[in-house]
Amino acid sequence: MANGNGGRRLGALVDHVRESQVWNSIFRPGSPFRAGYSDSPRNRSYVIMNNVLYHLHPVKVKRHGVRLSYTLCLGGISFFLFIVLTITGIFLMFYYRPTSPQAYLDLQALSTDVAFGNLVRNMHRWGAHLMVLSVFLHMARVFYHGAYKPPREFNWVVGVVLLLLTLLLSFTGYLLPWDQLALWAVTVGSTMASYTPVFGSQVSFVLIGGVQITPDTLLRWYVLHVLFLPFVITIFLAVHFWRVRKDGGISGPL
Amino acid sequence: MADIPEHLLRRSAEAKAKATGRPVEEVLAEMKGEAPPAPAAGGGDAPPAAADLDTLAAETGIPKHLLERSMRARAKAEGRPVPTAAPATATTATATAPRPAAGGAQPAAAPAIPEGVRTQRLLTVVKAGAIQQVKREPHDKVNVWPHLLAIEFVALLVVTFVLIAMAIYIQAPLLEFANFNEQPNPSKAPWYFLGLQELLAYFDPQVAGVLIPGLGLAALAFIPYVDKNPSVRPSDRKLAILIFTFFITASAVLTIYGSFFRGPGFNFTFPWRDGIFFDDLKAILE
Ligand code: HEM
Repeated sequence: MANGNGGRRLGALVDHVRESQVWNSIFRPGSPFRAGYSDSPRNRSYVIMNNVLYHLHPVKVKRHGVRLSYTLCLGGISFFLFIVLTITGIFLMFYYRPTSPQAYLDLQALSTDVAFGNLVRNMHRWGAHLMVLSVFLHMARVFYHGAYKPPREFNWVVGVVLLLLTLLLSFTGYLLPWDQLALWAVTVGSTMASYTPVFGSQVSFVLIGGVQITPDTLLRWYVLHVLFLPFVITIFLAVHFWRVRKDGGISGPL
Repeated sequence: MADIPEHLLRRSAEAKAKATGRPVEEVLAEMKGEAPPAPAAGGGDAPPAAADLDTLAAETGIPKHLLERSMRARAKAEGRPVPTAAPATATTATATAPRPAAGGAQPAAAPAIPEGVRTQRLLTVVKAGAIQQVKREPHDKVNVWPHLLAIEFVALLVVTFVLIAMAIYIQAPLLEFANFNEQPNPSKAPWYFLGLQELLAYFDPQVAGVLIPGLGLAALAFIPYVDKNPSVRPSDRKLAILIFTFFITASAVLTIYGSFFRGPGFNFTFPWRDGIFFDDLKAILE
């Protein structure tokens, strides 16, 4: 009985909080978190319309667009991985200094001394690989659906830029551990760029900040990796999502 | 009227039938316009008389046969004889007088309308076109909340769990400190560039390292402007699919080949015979 009483008191408290001004100022009308939410068509619309989600989602979508087998969620998964990478990346930034040999020592410390450091580092690394994979698969699914056809041509082009930015983000991050794997993988990769006809040496110079990889390259790629490229990709993502909606929502059905 | 897909009509008819307690087939027929609507409570306006149809048609610009059909349907629904000839009393079809209380037999009782007053009746609604030239079709739509958001939430959980599981069970590599004087053998680019590195084994570096990726990326971006075929049906775009699949497969094969089948000196190797020369996944594969 005492239990029931406590439960009732808890319920009353929850009701009290959910009717408070503070609560209602946070959750706009129609939010399922508000007191007295009921599942009505109108409230279903409000959940989206009165919510920051309205920036990403319309109130309604085509029925076939929700079928998992259509998008396979691949665009959404790419985006979600990007968010996870941002969060784990910020965590890593607390423990990382882009200088030599400190960068390498920081990574060692991260894997051994920092609480959850190794786990977060692994999540960041595998998340990055998965993102490259999911973006690539997303592109393939868009192609096989012919979803790049008018009016979506330009969003495909935006997508190609996103693919390139994803690769660059991953590649710039590859150098940061400053170990043998990082140094030589990046050497091989950036040597390819130096074969650019005519401007080869200039391209290479700008890319690695010198005639060969040095600790300066580390700083340069660090800034590109944590600031410049995330900034640029965010802008392109905004355009990408905006175009998905303006082009009439998800394409199809086939 | 726009073509509403059969399955949509049926779903809506089923809902309506459930709500009104009538058989589905009847409601469906009514929706398709094959049967007159069941008598509703309350009556309608008095039907226009046949002779006025010409005038009305001229005034409103609505084809006469449509007016006629609507008139007959109403008469039938309200249980009146279907008018064929013009009752002499009818003066106008645009009655706005107080409705007869019951769907009763008050034909042609259109009240006189004061001189100079033009009345209208809503015959049809023509929707205005949107500012943007969006093709308006009846679409089968569902609410994002809860249908799409629930799926996204599950996808998010799945990805999170997969990622955490990978992070727990696969240790990210950290080799020795970077040493400019000691190049490991083999040295490989990150895996997503290994297809290109593989090409380096066959072509001039300018071709494999710059031209192929550069032109490849440009070609990728230009696909929508080159492929003019408007159809999205796979059976209509065999060539496009063939070409794209060829390149996807080729890059996958080259990448896998470069990752697992290239050993010291970037020479051919069998991963099961000589070991893994792919540092990223070495930890779990060995
Ligand atoms: C960072 C990378 C990317 C992210 C986060 C992303 C995200 C998304 C999302 C969330 C959608 C909605 C539909 C879906 O989930 O499939 C979408 C649609 C689309 N994406 Fe991407 N995308 C990325 C890269 C790409 C690439 C590389 C391409 C093509 C080269 C591309 C082309 C398109 C097109 C054309 C659509 C419209 C598809 C349709 O209407 O069916 N995107 N994208």
